Amino acid sequence: MLPEPTEVETAPEPGVSVRLSQARPGDRGVIVDVRAETHPGDHGVALAELQRRLLEFGFVEGARIEVLHEGAIRRDPIAVKLDDMRVALRRRDAEDVWIQLDSQ
Amino acid sequence: MSDVALTPARIALVGNPNSGKTALFNALTGSRQKVANYAGVTVERKEGVVTTPGGRSLSILDLPGTYSLRARSPDEVVTRDAVLGKLAGETPPDVLVCVADATNLRLVLRLILELKAVGRPMVLALNMYDIAQRQGLRIDLDGLARSIGCPIVTTVATRKRGIDDLVAQVEALIAAGAIGAASTWHEPAAGEIRDAHREAQRILKAHVKAPERPDTFTGKVDSVLLHPIAGLAILFGLLFVMFQAVFSWGKQVGDLIGDGFTGAGVFLASHLPHGLLTSFLTDGVISGVGSVLVFLPQILVLFFFIILLEDFGYMARAAFLMDRIMGGAGLHGRAFIPLLSSFACAIPGIMATRVIDNKRDRLTTILVAPLMTCSARIPVYTLIISAFIPSRTVLGVMNLQGLIMFGLYAAGILSALGVSFITRKLFWRGAVEPFLMELPAYKLPDPANVARNVILRGRIFLTRAGTIIFPLMIAVWFLSSFPGAPAGAVGPAINYSIAGQLGHFLQPLLQPIGFNWQMTVALIPGFAAREVAVAALGTVYAIGNAGDTPGVLATTLSHNWSIATGLSFLAWYVFAPQCASTIGVVKRETNSWRWPIVMLVYMTALAYLAALATYQTAVAFGLG
Repeated sequence: MLPEPTEVETAPEPGVSVRLSQARPGDRGVIVDVRAETHPGDHGVALAELQRRLLEFGFVEGARIEVLHEGAIRRDPIAVKLDDMRVALRRRDAEDVWIQLDSQ
Repeated sequence: MSDVALTPARIALVGNPNSGKTALFNALTGSRQKVANYAGVTVERKEGVVTTPGGRSLSILDLPGTYSLRARSPDEVVTRDAVLGKLAGETPPDVLVCVADATNLRLVLRLILELKAVGRPMVLALNMYDIAQRQGLRIDLDGLARSIGCPIVTTVATRKRGIDDLVAQVEALIAAGAIGAASTWHEPAAGEIRDAHREAQRILKAHVKAPERPDTFTGKVDSVLLHPIAGLAILFGLLFVMFQAVFSWGKQVGDLIGDGFTGAGVFLASHLPHGLLTSFLTDGVISGVGSVLVFLPQILVLFFFIILLEDFGYMARAAFLMDRIMGGAGLHGRAFIPLLSSFACAIPGIMATRVIDNKRDRLTTILVAPLMTCSARIPVYTLIISAFIPSRTVLGVMNLQGLIMFGLYAAGILSALGVSFITRKLFWRGAVEPFLMELPAYKLPDPANVARNVILRGRIFLTRAGTIIFPLMIAVWFLSSFPGAPAGAVGPAINYSIAGQLGHFLQPLLQPIGFNWQMTVALIPGFAAREVAVAALGTVYAIGNAGDTPGVLATTLSHNWSIATGLSFLAWYVFAPQCASTIGVVKRETNSWRWPIVMLVYMTALAYLAALATYQTAVAFGLG
């Protein structure tokens, strides 16, 4: 995979915000934003619907998140620890989840 | 008291998947439960009855697990409509029992807030409470009950703890005359979901202290089982062991049953006067029942593994590991379990596709599921392989017969991937549904629960088999026995029967793929179910050449067919939609005749082409 450009959020606290879709195992942080804007029509459902599904699964601002595992082919899908539960999702569906990585 | 006993109060169990809801349902109702379908849809409806110490009877409904009332899959629609009292033919529940995994409360709290808006009286069952205690999780039960505004009971469903409390609490609500308020529930928008999470978070923070000894076991096991390389190797290893078990243990017991029935047939034939009744008993009834029962051990063994792995929490991991591999063919990661079940039988496999939210993903999986080599093909394959393929060692270690068997399985899998790929490209281009799946914490499976489910699956198979295969076997016997041969006729009697005439009539169509009229005759009942063809071939040849014993069918075939014909028959069986029950289930699951017809046409076309190519190639190589 190509090195992805890291977009810096104008977040209140210092720290780097990245898309969950670009995170690697070991990355941990806090979810700072769950949007509905990337690649409309690419998810088989409307973006707002994807956003709601993510929110219902607990991908919500303030939740602690850590990337645990990734699949063998193209590092997809990923398994994350989301607060107390473990969730698997594809990277393409994780693009609109922004996480602020812990310093270190 | 008599009027309360007459109209049982209706209780519905709601909760997240993996909350132990079904275990709680089993603990509540024991054996007093029945499994059916909801009217109009094919979602499994599990209902049971409990009698309270006060003599009241409670009718308990186990609703499909969900994270939200905003339903997406057919299962979740049932849950939503049942909770809202909108389900056709069902009265709304008097009390909701929300089942929660005590160690994983965050998401269920949000569901509880949604359920509160529905306005029904509710009890929260904090299940797996023993695990929460072992982890040192501290829950302020009174405070939590006040915050969510409903009574709480702690339960350990697998050990039947807290069940009496739960029943008492439900009864108390009913006795107190708790009546639901009007529902204010509506589909929450993104902002409302966020607000609900915030509220859930606040409640959690106020009443639950983080575990002192959090579960590290799941994490450790996952680092091996979800490892990109080791994880896949273990998955394939598990599948290998599973099929080994199906074919060695399952098949041995199955063969024993088969031999028993053959023996019974021979015994009867030798002790009863030669005639129509004996023929009916031995060739119709006994071989009919036998052809059903020989598969039972294999199906039970396969389901034993599937249920064990499911209860352990491994199946979600398997879906994770397979998602990308199957995604390449346009299949959803969750299609893995349905397709795996299809190796036992396409029917449970097709029914298991209900876990797939998206209609297109689900249809694709349904269409390719019958290409998986189901256990009904095994007797056909074994028969033909033992008749035509020599048992010799190739490449040093491999048995040629085993290799052919493996090839047939591989052909099924590859063609399923190919068909789903083409379906995606041709019929519904566009993106795949989002794939979001909880990876539940690993748990030791409860033996009683595993046993119960295996027996349930076996019973469903026997009912289906008993109601479809057995009558068809009787019909086959009838078709191949009537009308009898005219006096002084030469040649086998079946030649003159209805089946024989039909076989002769259709035979020119199947000539190019090397099928003789006996095969064509056997294919007619074989459309009922694949394994019936073996029995039908037995019938055709046994009746056709009286004096032969059914045990030597393979020898008979190897004398009557060329190798090219045998191979062509195998190729036909990889693809042919020879199973009326599957077609019926597809009709029920898709609620239209369109998809079963599509399936029938594409599979028959594939079967004909594959058999044609195989036969002509084999003939060209001098095996005709």
